[in-house]
Amino acid sequence: MEFIYYFGDVFTPINFGLLLLGTIGGLILGATPGLSPTMAVALLIPFTFQLEAAQGLILLGAAYTSTVAGGAVSAILLKIPGAPANIATTLDGHAMALKGEGAKALQLSFLSSAVGGVFGVLLLIFLTPVLAQWALAFGPSHLFWLAILGVTVIGSLDSKSVVKGLLSGCIGLWLATIGFDDIMGAQRFIFHPSLGGGINIIAALIGLFAIPQVITMFAKGRKNDGAEAIQVQKHPIKGAISELFRYKRAVGIGTITGSIIGLIPGVGGQIAGLVAYDQSKKFSPDRDKFGTGHPEGLIAAESANNAMVGPSLVPLLTLSIPGSPTAAVLLGGLLIHGIFPGTDLFDNHPDVAWTFINSMLIGQILMCIFGLYVAGMAARVAQVPQSMMAAIVLGLAVFGSYSVQSSMGDVYVMASLGVMMYFLERFGFSAAPLVLGLILGPIAESNFIQGSMIATATDGLAPYFLTGTLNLFLIAVVILSILYSGYMELRTKRYTSKEEIMA
Amino acid sequence: MKTLLAGAAIALMGLTQTATADGHANYPERPIMMMVSYGAGGATDFQARIVTMTAGNEDALGMPVAIINKPGAGGRVGWNWLAGQAEADGYTLGAYNVPHFIAQSIKGGVEYSTESFEPIANWGADPAVLVVGADSAFNTLQDVVDFAKANPGKLTTSGAGLFVGHHIAALQMEKAGDMKMAYIPTKGGGAAAMKAVIAGDVMAGINNLSDAFRAASAGNVKILAVADLERNEFLPDVPTMMESGLAVDNASVNFRGVMVPKGTPQGIIDKLAATVPMMFENKRVAGKMKAGGSPMHIMNRDEVLAMWAAREETLKELLAGL
Repeated sequence: MEFIYYFGDVFTPINFGLLLLGTIGGLILGATPGLSPTMAVALLIPFTFQLEAAQGLILLGAAYTSTVAGGAVSAILLKIPGAPANIATTLDGHAMALKGEGAKALQLSFLSSAVGGVFGVLLLIFLTPVLAQWALAFGPSHLFWLAILGVTVIGSLDSKSVVKGLLSGCIGLWLATIGFDDIMGAQRFIFHPSLGGGINIIAALIGLFAIPQVITMFAKGRKNDGAEAIQVQKHPIKGAISELFRYKRAVGIGTITGSIIGLIPGVGGQIAGLVAYDQSKKFSPDRDKFGTGHPEGLIAAESANNAMVGPSLVPLLTLSIPGSPTAAVLLGGLLIHGIFPGTDLFDNHPDVAWTFINSMLIGQILMCIFGLYVAGMAARVAQVPQSMMAAIVLGLAVFGSYSVQSSMGDVYVMASLGVMMYFLERFGFSAAPLVLGLILGPIAESNFIQGSMIATATDGLAPYFLTGTLNLFLIAVVILSILYSGYMELRTKRYTSKEEIMA
Repeated sequence: MKTLLAGAAIALMGLTQTATADGHANYPERPIMMMVSYGAGGATDFQARIVTMTAGNEDALGMPVAIINKPGAGGRVGWNWLAGQAEADGYTLGAYNVPHFIAQSIKGGVEYSTESFEPIANWGADPAVLVVGADSAFNTLQDVVDFAKANPGKLTTSGAGLFVGHHIAALQMEKAGDMKMAYIPTKGGGAAAMKAVIAGDVMAGINNLSDAFRAASAGNVKILAVADLERNEFLPDVPTMMESGLAVDNASVNFRGVMVPKGTPQGIIDKLAATVPMMFENKRVAGKMKAGGSPMHIMNRDEVLAMWAAREETLKELLAGL
């Protein structure tokens, strides 16, 4: 209960001002296609050098929280996820926007973000020591099986046909092998210097989602007079709250999945939303409506990606291991003031630790309030004529992919993947499984290599990967997931018709 | 239009001429960029930002230094860029990590070598240390060596990747102790390698002194030995590997410093080489570095040139068999 004593510190004028600044700035940065949470936090590093330890962390924490939630704005209105965390949001969120429910989708996304986010921070406050053990429990073999579990989702994600879903997943897995392999240092498929570092996930995201949209918008703009602009109906906030209560199951699944997956160093943030989306789809009686603008999918995805924020800081705050690039920046913010995460932080600098954690709790609520305000303005964004919107998005896409690593190579990668995706979409392939392949490929590969090196030095491959409670549990879930997909496929007897292939 | 272009060209020529004519006395006339080949928030990035934070002072360069990150492939992306694409005009600096970039250039597949860069000054030296989990049965380096000798290839040891300081230290330990370890490179740098030690995924690990110092003060690991010539001020009680009977020198120490691409005007190199070490000696810089647990080691241009040459020789010999 120690944390309650430090709530007052959050509301000192400077601290609260920074919290507001971080939250509003974060929402704007997050809503801009191409600016990821990591980028936003990295931009703030120089400022944290000048601020007090607690103040710097408040600014960084607020920006982290609200960029994750702000990414939903471009995901819903433009179908461009700002970061991997928002991929699942595009699936139903953008479909809702197309039906004229953009405002409702935004309200739901911010409300569920706040619910998930508050739960995640509460976990961080009360269960940190237990969670730290959990985070350590995942060794290479477990992460490998977790990635395989993700692969089993690929086929059914946002595709009319399982075969096409698997094919685009394979393209993603192949793209993931490009570049210098980080473990062995081998060079693979580097036919241009821009590819030396591999395909950057943010550049790929922008290309795969934004460029097909831009091309489609330009194509439409030639044909008619802009009547195609998305209509946004006004939607009362009260309605959104009661809607949220109606979909308690989706909120619960999203929040819990997000919290658990968020804990795992290096994996969590990117796939929490997608796994939560898939789980709530499997448990929902309305699973056929997923992908057509069903609020449940949106709620699960958004509550998951904010629930992950709190637990994702557990490895950093307790073990001093930054589990993500964002956490690494937070670590820098602490070290510059001579504070070491771990027992030192909580024993000797409780004011810093608890003020920071409390500010994240309050930041979640502020983020929700400002987010709902933004949702009200969504109509205006959507009124921008498509031809103009296409130009703006294209500009942001180039800027966003360049700024990730200040590299023109990433812009070329973004553009080529985008044009490829435009044509793939014509043939019924979709971007989400492709990106999932791109994310999961390196996780599965590096953990398999590492695990097999450890295994050959100790007990051998089979005992290392196939025994142990956690391994067996994950393998069981993988098998169940495959069986379930197969069963659903047979039960609905949905064969891909020739028209669907041609469509 | 033609006259305009011609005018602009003449004006530009005039500009460059004044710059060369005065022997770069006015350098720097605009902010300088420094490329860090690792991501924002990593140890190299963090230290680079601290040591350059006083660059704008009148007694230093008089112009701020902006950090630009070009991460990827263990630093190869950034150094390739610096060697091949960066302009050698004195306004593009780069941070180096020795032995990383030298080892990579020996193994091949990159567009740079020590010949591609001109060192300016060194700011830090982060030795590799041998760590084991807090509840490990190993208490001294001798315990680890005994185990590795009795069980060849069974001692799983994590490190940040291949051909980085950690890997070099492991290779040197194997050579010095005439033993075989199982070196496990991790993806995700030193943090992931440290996690593997704390979680017990591996039996031991080689990691940066600065990160290990933090993990040890949090009670998560034991530091058994330092791979350097003398004990470190952060860890006065931890013996060097040589003291413990393993002939491992400082070839794996992660030296960090500033360099420029080859072709940068000599006048600018001289000016930087004279000012930058003084900039590192600033009290505020030293205070922040110490607070963050990052050991400093300032060396001037000549010392760095000698260090690079010595490293290259040791590494060529060490990596020849791989």
